[in-house]
Formats: sequence, C-alpha cells, structure tokens
Amino acid sequence: MMNPLKIAKQDARLYMSFMYVTFASLLVGGLMGLLQTLARSGKFTLPFNINYYTILTVHGVILGLVLTTFFIIGFQFALMGKTVGISDKQRKAGWWAFWLMLVGTVMAAVTILVGQANVLYTFYAPLRAHPAFYIGLALVIVGSWVAVFTNFRQLYVWKKANKGQKSPLLAFMVVINMAMWFIASLGVAASVLIQFIPWSLGYAETINVLLSRTLFWYFGHPLVYFWLLPAYMAWYAIIPKIIGGKLFSDSLARMSFILLLMFSIPVGFHHQLTEPGIDPTWKFIQVVLTFMVVIPTLMTAFSIFATFETTGRRLGHKGLFGWFKHLPWKDVRFLAPFIGMVAFIPGGAGGIVNASHQMNSLIHNTIWVTGHFHLTVATTVILTYFGIAYWLVPHLTGRRLTPRLNKLGIIQSIIWTVGMTIMSTAMHIEGLLGGPRRSNFSTYAGGDQVQSWIGYQMAQAVGGTILFIGIVLMVYIFIQLAFFAPRGVEEFPIAEEEVDAEPTPKLLENWYLWIGITIALILFAYTIPVFDILKHSPPGSVPFDWPIGRY
Amino acid sequence: MAKSTKQQLEPQHNPSINLKGTLIAVMLLGVFILATWFGCYYLFLSR
Amino acid sequence: MHLHKFEKVWLIFGMGSLALFLVILGFAAFWKGTHPQSHIETIDPENVEAHDSFKPENLGLREVADGKYIVNIVASAFNYDFGMDADGKPVKKIRVPKGSTVLFQITSKDVVHGFQVAGTNVNMMVEPGHVSRLETEMKNVGEFTVVCNEYCGIAHHQMFATVEVYE
Ligand code: HEM
Ligand SMILES: [Cu+2]
Ligand SMILES: [Cu+2]
Repeated sequence: MMNPLKIAKQDARLYMSFMYVTFASLLVGGLMGLLQTLARSGKFTLPFNINYYTILTVHGVILGLVLTTFFIIGFQFALMGKTVGISDKQRKAGWWAFWLMLVGTVMAAVTILVGQANVLYTFYAPLRAHPAFYIGLALVIVGSWVAVFTNFRQLYVWKKANKGQKSPLLAFMVVINMAMWFIASLGVAASVLIQFIPWSLGYAETINVLLSRTLFWYFGHPLVYFWLLPAYMAWYAIIPKIIGGKLFSDSLARMSFILLLMFSIPVGFHHQLTEPGIDPTWKFIQVVLTFMVVIPTLMTAFSIFATFETTGRRLGHKGLFGWFKHLPWKDVRFLAPFIGMVAFIPGGAGGIVNASHQMNSLIHNTIWVTGHFHLTVATTVILTYFGIAYWLVPHLTGRRLTPRLNKLGIIQSIIWTVGMTIMSTAMHIEGLLGGPRRSNFSTYAGGDQVQSWIGYQMAQAVGGTILFIGIVLMVYIFIQLAFFAPRGVEEFPIAEEEVDAEPTPKLLENWYLWIGITIALILFAYTIPVFDILKHSPPGSVPFDWPIGRY
Repeated sequence: MAKSTKQQLEPQHNPSINLKGTLIAVMLLGVFILATWFGCYYLFLSR
Repeated sequence: MHLHKFEKVWLIFGMGSLALFLVILGFAAFWKGTHPQSHIETIDPENVEAHDSFKPENLGLREVADGKYIVNIVASAFNYDFGMDADGKPVKKIRVPKGSTVLFQITSKDVVHGFQVAGTNVNMMVEPGHVSRLETEMKNVGEFTVVCNEYCGIAHHQMFATVEVYE
C-alpha cells in the first residue's frame, strides 16, 4: 500500500468548511428534535405560534439531508486527499461543490422557516411548497455531483500515475459510495427538475403522484446507504488502526462494498409496500433484493469482530473473550463508533422486520420507524461520524485531541447512548401499539389506546432532552477542536494490510463490471413496474397549498 | 470469485487464527435477529 | 478470495435465516393471499362520486352477508368521510362484531393520506387517483383508533375515527 500523503493547509480549509456546516446543522436540527419531543409530550406548546410541521421539516431536511451530505462529502474529500491526493483544479471544484450545496441549503432552509414549505423532507406531492424549496434542494444535489466527479477524477489521475497498482482501499470505497449516490440521485433529480419545479411554478398543471413517490424512493433507500457507507469505511479501514491492529481482509472489504453498491438501489419499493398502485409481485421481488443487501452487512459484522479478536490475541490477551475486555474503551475514537456498531444490531434486526413485505403493515408509518432510524442514522451513523471528527478535525486544524476533550467525548457518547436508548425504545414500543409518526400531539378520539401512546411520548421527551444535552456537548467539543485545543499533530489513522496478506483479486476493481451489474439490476427491478405505473396512471393531481398553511 | 493466479501460497496467518470468540459473537447476533423477526411475525399473525 | 471457516459458517447461517424469512413471507403472500394491499385500480380524484363505492349514500359501514361487512370511506384534508348517521350527523365511529370479515375501501379527494386502524394489520397508504382496499378479519375485541399516519398538512394529527369490535 502507498504511504498516505500529507494534507496541505489550503486543502484542510476546504475539508473543514464542510465540517462547520455539519456541526452548525447538528445544533439547529437537534434543537428542533428537542422541541418535537417536548411538543409531542402534550406538556408544552411551541412558542411564538411556531408550527410543529415547520420544525419537523427543518429537523428532517437539516439532519437527514444537509448534515449527512456535508459531513460525508467533507470526510470523503479528506480521505481522497490523504490516499490519492488532490490537485489545485480539483480543490477548486471542491469549493464549487461546497458553495453550490450551501446556497441550496440556505434557500431551502429560509423557505421552510418562513412557513412556505411545511412538506417534510420527503415533500410528497400533491402538497406544494414554494418553488424556492425545490430549487434549493436541486442545488444541493447538483453541488454533490460536482464532488462526485471530482472524486472520480482524483482516483483516475492516481491510477494513471500508478499503473498496475490496486487503488488504496479508502479511495476505492469513496468511489463506490459516490457511484451509488450519483446513480441514485438521478431519480430524485429527475423528479424535482422535471416534475416538481415546473408544477410548483405553474407551468405544469398536474403531477403524477405515484411516479414522483417511486422516483423519490428509488433515491431514498440508497440515501440511507450513502449515510452508512462512510461509517463502514471507518469500521473497516480506520478502527483497526485505532485499536492497534491491521486490516482483516482487503478483498472482503471491497467485496462487501461492491455488494452494497449493487443491492442498495433496486429496493425502493420496500418503502412503498402499503401503496395501492404497485403490483405486489414486484413489491416482493424488491423485498428479495432488499434481503440481499443484508448479506454484506453480515460480512461486515464478522469482519469487525474478527479484527477485534485477531488484534487482541496478537497483543497477548487470552481466553474466549479476553480480546474484548482489552479493547481501548477509554479512547473515544474507538468508543463512539463502537456504540454505533452495537446500535446497529437492533437497528438492523428492526430493518429486516420493516422490509418484510406484508409484515410491513405492522409498523408502516408508525413511530416505530422513527425509533428505527434514530438507531441506525442518529446513533450508528452519527456516533461513527463523531468518532471520526475527534481525530479528523484536530488533524485538519493542526491541534490535538487532549485527554480532557477525549474524556468529554466519552461522556458525550454515554449521554447519547442513554438518551437514545430511552427515546428509541419508547418509539419502538409506541409504534407497535399503533402510535403514528410525523404527528403533533393529539388525543384523537381519546380512550385507553391513545392514553398508552401519550405515556411513551413523555418518555421520548425525557430521552430527547438528554440527547439535546449531548448535542450541546458535542458542539462544544467541536469548537474546542477546531479553534482552541493546543497545537500539535493528531494522527490520521489508516489501517495497513498484514505483511503476508492475500493479494486482492484484480476483478474487484473492474468498474465496468460492477456498475454494469448495478444498472442491470435496477433495470430489472424497475422497468416493468414503472411502465405499469405510467400505463395505469390516473388523472394527475393539481397542487395543494392550503393544507400546509400557504395561501 | 476467481482466485488470483499470482497467488502461490495460502497466507499463513489466515486459516490458523483463532476466531472462536468471533463465531460465538456473531451467532448471538443471529439469534437476536431470529428472535426479533419471529416475535414481530407472531404479533402480526395475532392481529 | 479466502473466507475463514467460521465466516462460512456464519454466512450460511445468516443467509439461511434470510431465506427462511422469505419462504415464510412468500408462502403467506402468494399461497394464502396476504399480500400488502395493491389493486392498481384508478379513479379520478376530482370526481370520486363517479365510483359506485364512493357515492355519498354508499359511504360508511354496510353488512353484505352474515358476518361480512364493507366500509367505504373518502379521505380529504383533514377528515374521513364515513357518511351520515340517521340524524344526519357525520359518522365517526363504526362497530362490528368480533370475528367478522371487513373490507375497507378508501380513496382520497386531495392529497396523500394514511389509513391505519391502530392495533390491527389494517394499514394503507391512500393516494389521489388510486383505490386502497384491504380485507381483514377482526380478531380482537376493543376500541381501535383510526389514524391518518401519512403527513397530509398542518392539521394531520386531527384526522381520525374509531373502530369498535364488540364481543
Ligand atoms: C436531539 C436529538 C434528536 C431528537 C430529540 C430527535 C427527535 C425526533 C423526533 C421526535 C422525530 C419524529 C417526529 C415526528 O414523527 O412527529 C424525529 C424525526 C426525524 N429525525 Fe430526529 N431527533 C434527534 C436527532 C436526529 C439526528 C441526529 C438525525 C439525523 C442525523 C435525525 C433525523 C431525523 C429524521 C430524518 C426524522 C424524520 C422527519 C420526518 O419524518 O419528516 N434526528 N426526530
Ligand atoms: Cu429503505
Ligand atoms: Cu394525515
């Protein structure tokens, strides 16, 4: 493997810009989350007549779309810069990506805050937001595409300069994630540009609702894998270094990323299982494909435990679980991602339930789903991102993660764990009892059933309050690492291969093959059902403004 | 998956490393998944 | 590419479990007919009354045979229209005996809604232009809240009804 490069000052500035937006988003979005749980407890009303659905839209858009995308693109740029390098031109492109995304974010955020886009982050037609909302989102996507092609170019240039060598593992993983993101975001981009923007401006009278939903979910599922893959990058290729070990297997890591690329896109129907206009056989086919995407995660689970065990045994820890006891529990760069891994056990198991075809009606659109993705994205993914930030931010700013900040990080991780355990468990149970998601406090028709939901909503408010304390602490740690921690050198940990590692098969870098299979699977899973949707489409829907409080 | 032709000897460390703890850990994970799924399926059938 | 012996064991176990789930689901769906709702029947959202089931006089609960019921509903922001009772008041609660088979038919006049009889397996998306339909046996006694579980606007949480199943 090549020696990692040094990150220059002006490159660090680019990567850090993405981090500033990430942590600003965390604070804003987290505050909204707190307000949601308080409002839903029924004990508080929102101040200044703020609409519940305005803050919920801010929360979903800022945390689900903005925080994640900015962190991922910043982190992936840093990985590419470290492993394959970045040229002046590529850095300039990186700034274009940043500014396009930021302008888009501000446009969408302002539109939401002035109450012109109470449509939630899924913006389902025929609710119509102000056109600026859709245009803002389109800019975020286009900006991300600039990053996509810059990353492709970075690896391409490196490959030409290093003929015959296999690409660095992390660069390979970044390119996989970006390829998936690009192919997936074409769907939502088509929907926004061709369907929503002309319709919201009044140029198109009606919109095909089912088609827009299908395009959204064609994008929506890979979106969650776009969040997850950077966490997997850290688990496979960074955590082993932090615990003092080596890569478990370069080939297996690449293989699992390839499987994730192939199977995370043709599965969007598992979000549409209870919809009336899609043939159930095609729903089932996509359910089968969804189950396939579990396989690389099973591989990942094994690989993680195996890395821990091999490392521990090599360091001389004996017994069946001696290796486990001696993991570096006091190092937050390890602890935070580790908690993330643990959260993925109930998160993943719940995900299999969600995707289980007819069983989906047990939980569809109940608050169970919210509990599920606060485990997966808001714990597994976010705590791993925090775990990365603890070393990446000081590495980029030329500072150090001091023992005090490390300790605060450990406290932060524990606060998050406690808060999320309370909030997410309460959401899961309330969901199984039928309590709906995306809903302000309501006593509905009253009765025992509703009363039981409200009890769990109180618990969510307790969990949410604890979580918000965790967010404030995390933002404090970030500010310290970015501006105030003592100067020094913080390591950029990248795991190496074993000296006698098995060579990686060349086939794994055959991009034409893997992208070809990916596209073939998408065509297989979507061509006929989309054709059916178009053929059996009802009269289109005119826009509706008043239900979201626009006049 | 095609084996790389350049590969001459099996790497020494790989088959011989002791991964008993790993096997037990992932199997517990598997049991958890099965229990969750069947629990939910039971609830689904009872409704 | 080399797999450790235990990894093979694990993958066979894991993939076997996934296959088992799929066989159970597939058997129930294709042989027992418990697919999630999907009828691909379309309707003009601006003229739902043209469909027999959604004529004002046909809305609400109707017993069609012994122990067999049909419920027709029109959803709109922010209301479920179950028709009128004898006094001309909108129906907000329907009652069926335990063990009865009920066919729910619902469509939307405006935006996307949800229709869940919370605590049962009746859980459907309701979309303009489509008819949602699900038949189920009411196995358990109780008062079940009908909630709109898809965001439909700022009074979304005030869209509800009740289904009572009595002994
Ligand atoms: C202080 C921490 C947090 C709290 C208290 C919180 C609370 C909540 C609550 C109560 C809801 C559901 C509201 C409803 O359905 O009516 C929600 C939805 C959501 N949360 Fe969080 N959350 C937190 C952190 C996060 C984080 C870190 C992320 C992502 C990285 C996130 C992503 C989302 C998303 C995408 C939704 C869905 C919005 C929608 O359904 O439209 N949350 N959150
Ligand atoms: Cu999904
Ligand atoms: Cu609603």
